[in-house]
Amino acid sequence: MGDLSRGIIGFISHLPQSLPTTLGAAMAFRHRREPRVALTFVGDGGTTSGAFHETLNMAALYEAPFVVVIENNQYAYSTPLHQQTAVTDLAAKARSHGVRSTTVDGNDIEIVHAATVEAIEHARAGEGPSAIEAVTMRMLGHAIHDGAEYVPPELLAEWERRDPLLLFGRRLIERGEATPAELDQVDQDSRERALQAIAAAEAAPWPNPAGLTSGVYA
Amino acid sequence: VSENFGFTEVQRSTGREITYLEAIAEAIAEEMERDDRVLVLGEDVGGDFGGAFKVTKGLAGRFGDDRVLNTPIAELSFTGMATGMALMGLRPIIEMQFADFISTAFDSIVQFAATAHYRWGGAVPWVVRAPSDGGIRSGPFHSQNPEAWFVHTPGLKVVAPASPADAKGLLTAAIRDNNPVIYFESKPLYRSLREPVPVGEHVVPLGSAAVRRRGDDLTIIAYGTMVREALTATERLSADGIEATVVDLRTLKPLDTETILEAAASTGKVIVCHAANRLSGVGAEVAALIAEEAFESLDGPVVRLGGVDVPVPFSPPLEDAYRPDATKIEAAARTLAAY
Repeated sequence: MGDLSRGIIGFISHLPQSLPTTLGAAMAFRHRREPRVALTFVGDGGTTSGAFHETLNMAALYEAPFVVVIENNQYAYSTPLHQQTAVTDLAAKARSHGVRSTTVDGNDIEIVHAATVEAIEHARAGEGPSAIEAVTMRMLGHAIHDGAEYVPPELLAEWERRDPLLLFGRRLIERGEATPAELDQVDQDSRERALQAIAAAEAAPWPNPAGLTSGVYA
Repeated sequence: VSENFGFTEVQRSTGREITYLEAIAEAIAEEMERDDRVLVLGEDVGGDFGGAFKVTKGLAGRFGDDRVLNTPIAELSFTGMATGMALMGLRPIIEMQFADFISTAFDSIVQFAATAHYRWGGAVPWVVRAPSDGGIRSGPFHSQNPEAWFVHTPGLKVVAPASPADAKGLLTAAIRDNNPVIYFESKPLYRSLREPVPVGEHVVPLGSAAVRRRGDDLTIIAYGTMVREALTATERLSADGIEATVVDLRTLKPLDTETILEAAASTGKVIVCHAANRLSGVGAEVAALIAEEAFESLDGPVVRLGGVDVPVPFSPPLEDAYRPDATKIEAAARTLAAY
């Protein structure tokens, strides 16, 4: 799914492909001297692809207004990080191409937010691309079909204690910025919105097969 | 018999003779002049160098480095980058230094660019220029004709001009098209084919074939370099009273099925010829189309000529044995005419 009116490019299952495409958006902004920045995500698994290295090289070369958030969630489908790459410092991979890079606690919402804002402002100022490695954990399977039995339960239990929503909620309460009741209400409202969206999607009619061939070409 | 191989549709009074390569360069420069969203990117295209074949020479000086972007050796990602540029409203022309190198960009082309509009309405108005074809002793990695891969991919358009006028007109149409277009230019024609090409705006619509010659005995359907070979063959055949129609497909996707079927029906005998491998090539699709839609009109089997199912050989006698040429087309035509 994508919607260019909202600045969202619809990506494909070959996730590293999002890197050069997003760099292209950044290059278009640079080309037109627009104060815009293009940001995309890739996983730990994507950092072993050619597209990752080709794109970060070009991003640095062209000093593009480009930000990549590397979501290091420890697993590429069933393969743990140490079986994917000898260099497990993923920010170092980006740095090796001349892209300024940082590694942050991916479960700390405020730290991730601050690092992202900093990288975007840096890019918008015309000072070039950044990479943010956000270290986190994939708590569910690769997809709905995947029970992820290959992940050690103790590893999941350890990360469960560091759930970003719990950490942030606790911090808000400690600072007196929210009450437990308010946070429960946010949870409840969010769940309700999601359920309504699911219900709306399920109630929507199936597409008409007569439209099969429409939209292949612009 | 025509000295310009039958490309008589262009009036000499409206054009001057330029080469196929100059026609490509002219289309790029004119479109860059007309539309500032058009830019060029690829390996070695920038600066004074102007690309391996010098197609982009002079463009950087004229339009600036921002619009003539040198890339590193990274076909997968500079093609993907062009897709992002296109989604944001630019119109990149991607120079694939050789069509053979396009395999490294395959993912960016067939998975992302070709599917974006169908999936979520993202238009990708770019052109990949792919210098293709051999017969010039360039070996297995600088001679290939990979067009069938892309004809098989929904969402792409595929073009293969056979004349300087079409090289200009089809490239202009491709740049203006709102979809990803793969433009296969024939290297053997670059400097060996010089013909009248209109000055200024010249657009040949995508999806229309051209009848280069009319004859009642059989039809030869070809594209790219093989159009010239077919026309050479028809001159020899004509000397013996065998008159052939020659259809230049010009666009391989979408195919001009109307012109193909009209020619097949009017002559009853058809040869389809391309330099690309015969096996599962574009010729197979054309032959199947004729078998399905013009069966009642056929007076003989549809004959396919194409490259042999081997990597393109480097050795001259092997490469000559590998690919079709005027002599092989002539022999096939004599056999078919006598059928």
